[in-house]
Amino acid sequence: MTTAAATADGSTAKAKPASMAQALGRALRDSMSEDPTVHVLGEDVGTLGGVFRITDGLAKEFGDERCTDTPLAEAGILGAAVGMAMYGLRPVVEMQFDAFAYPAFEQLISHVAKMRNRTGGAMPLPITVRVPYGGGIGGVEHHSDSSEAYYMATPGLHVVTPATVGDAYGLLRASIASDDPVVFLEPKRLYWSKSDWSPEAPAAVEPIGRAVVRRPGRSATLITYGPSLPVCMEAAEAAVAEGWDLEVVDLRSLVPFDDETVAASVRRTGRAVVVHESSGFGGPGGEIAARITERCFHHLEAPVLRVAGFDIPYPPPMLERHHLPGVDRVLDAVARLQWEADS
Amino acid sequence: MTVQELPGAAAHRPTPPPAWKPITDPAPLLPDPEPYRVLGTDVVADVDPELLLRLHAELVRGRRYNAQATALTKQGRLAVYPSSTGQEACEVAAALVLEDRDWLFPSYRDTLAAVARGLDPVEALTLLRGDRHTGYDPREHRIAPLCTPLATQLPHAVGLAHAARLKGDDVVALAMVGDGGTSEGDFHEALNFAAVWKAPVVFLVQNNGFAISVPLAKQTAAPSLAHKAVGYGMPGRLVDGNDAAAVHQVLGEAVARARRGEGPTLVEALTYRMEAHTNADDATRYRADSEVEAWRAHDPVQLLERELTDRGLLDDAGIEQAREAAERMAAALRDRMNADPVLEPMDLFTHVYAEQTSQLREQSAALRAELDAEHDHHEHSAEAGR
Repeated sequence: MTTAAATADGSTAKAKPASMAQALGRALRDSMSEDPTVHVLGEDVGTLGGVFRITDGLAKEFGDERCTDTPLAEAGILGAAVGMAMYGLRPVVEMQFDAFAYPAFEQLISHVAKMRNRTGGAMPLPITVRVPYGGGIGGVEHHSDSSEAYYMATPGLHVVTPATVGDAYGLLRASIASDDPVVFLEPKRLYWSKSDWSPEAPAAVEPIGRAVVRRPGRSATLITYGPSLPVCMEAAEAAVAEGWDLEVVDLRSLVPFDDETVAASVRRTGRAVVVHESSGFGGPGGEIAARITERCFHHLEAPVLRVAGFDIPYPPPMLERHHLPGVDRVLDAVARLQWEADS
Repeated sequence: MTVQELPGAAAHRPTPPPAWKPITDPAPLLPDPEPYRVLGTDVVADVDPELLLRLHAELVRGRRYNAQATALTKQGRLAVYPSSTGQEACEVAAALVLEDRDWLFPSYRDTLAAVARGLDPVEALTLLRGDRHTGYDPREHRIAPLCTPLATQLPHAVGLAHAARLKGDDVVALAMVGDGGTSEGDFHEALNFAAVWKAPVVFLVQNNGFAISVPLAKQTAAPSLAHKAVGYGMPGRLVDGNDAAAVHQVLGEAVARARRGEGPTLVEALTYRMEAHTNADDATRYRADSEVEAWRAHDPVQLLERELTDRGLLDDAGIEQAREAAERMAAALRDRMNADPVLEPMDLFTHVYAEQTSQLREQSAALRAELDAEHDHHEHSAEAGR
């Protein structure tokens, strides 16, 4: 993680570098320590500590009734979590991999998202569904999907995705504490990214739903989240040489969407590029571009552009670098922002 | 390494794979070949007559409730009603077998079970009237929302029962599903979870012969639906679903077993849906009148009534009394359902999230403005017309 992002974490100079995976594990541990109703369940979360080791040590510390290895059945895992939440527990479900969460879609869409609404507020479901998502780790097929658009399209769910180590901790704590269900998307290629975040003195827990400006700038705004934040930060640094001073907004939460922070930034800069890994067609970028256009039309110097993954099934790992939006593609988009109209 | 080099290969003796160990004896898990019956058998002598009379009163009330709800669809007071006429014994027994602290997980056809458990009939019907998804507080009545997707409420029952046990509460969950629902993935996942976790759950399958129009033979190749239990490591029980005393007894044993911490049971009740799938369906397209008539001779209300009158526990006056009580319930339901529900459009935004997102705040403000404009328009029109 870049220095700028680390600073945005609110970390201190004394802190030792820690990884996002460690921060997530610490968030689970702290939540479980503070609240005996928090239960972790999923495939491999117990003895193994999760395939990404996020839940490492939890079963040992809290017992296998609080951190439970379940049968391998995603609908069953999430469905059981619904019943547990109905009885007053706060389940945190691990879905292991993005594409493996699909069997649980019906439970998520028909029950998790709707139970509060169906029962007239009588039965909220405080469930956190942790989904490691996205590519860039050389995973074979069904291990690299970016599924955020599916979740965003479902009223009743919060959709959260951290991009920094500090946010991984703070946002997961906030998600578990939320009385509403949260789909917590963990950018798996950032699991091992480190920053000077201190597990001893974790950053403050912020309410979910607030975007943050990671890098202030005046020429254009890059709007992004999760795995694409480091790409955008790098692009912004590289753009300085071209004479562009780019602002980078990290959404952190896709639902609720922080229109205010995004619109304020675009009104300042007059230009915007939305960057994400998931497919462009029907993807989050279209929604975000529309919202910007509705709010900032008279401030815009150029159409809002999108830099996204291609509209293809996630490619085999040896080809994924051609699919994933990288620094060059971001800079190309910035170059297309009708700068000539400005001069 | 070649085959010859393998230890023990020289003797050419097949050895079991290392993981092999004797499996649980499946015999105690298997259902009896004949559905269990109480009425008309010697067993009935051991059943408390008070229970039989209570079941009878509830069956009569339940039959009348089904008829009234169906009539309400014809009057446009209910959007739809999936009748449980013919299946009242299952509905009533499921409700009566539970303690107050237990939970019921009904499907969309199980309104009657919720009512028999004590839920206000109007509150039980709001989903089908179309004014609210769930007309009651599930926690207050320990009745989960009527579930429209098939079998998806079964894992909820497992999770709730599991959570209750973790908290040290003596609670059993009874989950209801139809024969069609047993083909759904959630059915299998729920049964597997329940057995692995030894959760205090009872699964009641009402096998009424058809999933809308699809007969059981096209639904499953299993010897019976109760046989599916053995694959998960729980007992399967087959019961005559029109014999209220038998269903009550089998479910009662399953509930007691769950309460003792011995895990889940799958109960298949053989019954028949006398009406169409819902009022919107034409059952004559997929089943013969002769089949329906054969089941009419095995009517749950008649079966129990005959037993009680034969044994001198019920006379014509008693039957009349039960019918009058049912009639009073129907009349009250009719009256109350004839009043238009009061709807508040702004409620659309109230219970999506604990706190409205800025997106929902904007949308609710837009609807508020629309409603105000509508209201002003009506006021002006009224003034102009004066």
